[in-house]
Amino acid sequence: MDKQIPLDEVIAGLQDKYPEQLAVVEGSLQPAVRVKTEVFLKVMQDLKNEYGLDFLADLTAVDLGDEGFRGITHVMSWRPYRMLRVEVDTPRNQPRIPSLVDLWPAADVQEREAYDMFGIVYDGHPKLTRILLSDNFEGYPLRKDFQVASKR
Amino acid sequence: MSLAEDKFLRTEELTLNLGPQHPSTHGVYRAILTLDGEYVKGMENVIGYLHRGMEKLAEARTYTQFIPYPDRLDYASGMLNELGYVQAVEKLMGVEVPERAEYIRIIMAELQRMASHMVMLGSYALDLGGYTPWMYFFRDREKILDLFEMVSGGRMTLNYMRIGGVADDLPPEFLPRLKQFMAEMPASFEEYDNIVTGNEIFIARTKGVGVFKADQALAYGVTGPNLRAAGVDYDLRKAAPYGIYDRFEFDIPVFENGDCFDRFVIRIEEMKQSLRIIEQAIAALPDGPVKAKVPRVIKPPQGEVYHQIEGSKGCLGYYVVSDGSNKPYRLHIHGPSFINVGALPEMCMDLVLQDVIATIASIDFILGEVDR
Repeated sequence: MDKQIPLDEVIAGLQDKYPEQLAVVEGSLQPAVRVKTEVFLKVMQDLKNEYGLDFLADLTAVDLGDEGFRGITHVMSWRPYRMLRVEVDTPRNQPRIPSLVDLWPAADVQEREAYDMFGIVYDGHPKLTRILLSDNFEGYPLRKDFQVASKR
Repeated sequence: MSLAEDKFLRTEELTLNLGPQHPSTHGVYRAILTLDGEYVKGMENVIGYLHRGMEKLAEARTYTQFIPYPDRLDYASGMLNELGYVQAVEKLMGVEVPERAEYIRIIMAELQRMASHMVMLGSYALDLGGYTPWMYFFRDREKILDLFEMVSGGRMTLNYMRIGGVADDLPPEFLPRLKQFMAEMPASFEEYDNIVTGNEIFIARTKGVGVFKADQALAYGVTGPNLRAAGVDYDLRKAAPYGIYDRFEFDIPVFENGDCFDRFVIRIEEMKQSLRIIEQAIAALPDGPVKAKVPRVIKPPQGEVYHQIEGSKGCLGYYVVSDGSNKPYRLHIHGPSFINVGALPEMCMDLVLQDVIATIASIDFILGEVDR
């Protein structure tokens, strides 16, 4: 596949393909798209296989408060250097995001970390267990409503 | 009939705990190995012993207050960690860094890269049973730490970078000492070759051991020297130059076998390139201020940025989300060591136990960065 496509054309191509489920994040410092959960995996597949953004740079999440959580994935290509942020929102009471482990084994530990810290369930992850905290730890510390022991 | 097929002999898989206190695990890292005889048939990482909740701590600190914390991530390369963090915040704020500060940053970053590689090289030989090389590498690293002490007062926890520049200008005795260090290094490189890389036992223990091929490495997100040892010339200093790296002439050393030996030698080669960069930076070092005029209270505008630099162990990324206040709303640290450790089980599959020790040490991870 043509790996030389500039990033704005990549985004335009994705918008044509997923007009309802994908939006460009306006006013962002770096190129970013926000997708609906149901097409997240498909968009990532396209980015990897069709557009050559085949390196998983980073995977994490942000707590948005009442609006739930936002899964943040940065994919990139090295030559030419392009990087795209893909955001996917998920509700607070039942946070679920499709797992990227099948596309990138690199996602394994990073999804486990996000699960550990935010309690986001990555559907399809082969072994979603706590990675940094102990197995009997209660709560998800990077959630904004988590109270550290000294403040309880 | 082989022994294993003898019906009177029973074979059984053995579960072995490696670490967390074992010296070859470089800190508090534990691996649960499933062994068939001496062969590794399964490996599970147990990490988190050093987890301090850096990302949560950041949310309760102002942007400036957080600067000393990255020192404690990968504690063998504090300057690089700080650099990544302050550059991320600068990107968010649109701060222009003065020329002199940019050059000083390059000198510090490359010195730190060398110091970090020296830790790996020295301790690697130690893990394979050779004590002497450690002394040579740490003798040279000491000189770099002395230089850091001159500029920052610290040796490993430096707190030298600032949002908009660096804390202080170079003291007058810094450059002569740096030049002296650089003049001494070529002789040291020769010593390294004589004592380690040319050593028959060392070669036997590392050549063809723990091979991790390029496509595997990329799929597992492995970057830095470990990736370049497998034949991929990806280096952020060239691919996406940050700071002023585009002004320097240097090569990206690339090896092709992706084994422990290559992962070792590539770090020596990278040190030679770091010297080249430092040499150019000293020659071009301009006069002027070392800190931009930034507000006393750092309040980046609302927004988010992901900034990555070429750390000593791979791509070191900072994802900063600002809500417009004086504290980060969210700070995520993408530590290359964490990713590299994630690839370890795949790397160590089917190796014999002694090669696992060699492989663990060869990917050069620092638990402070793994656990954060």
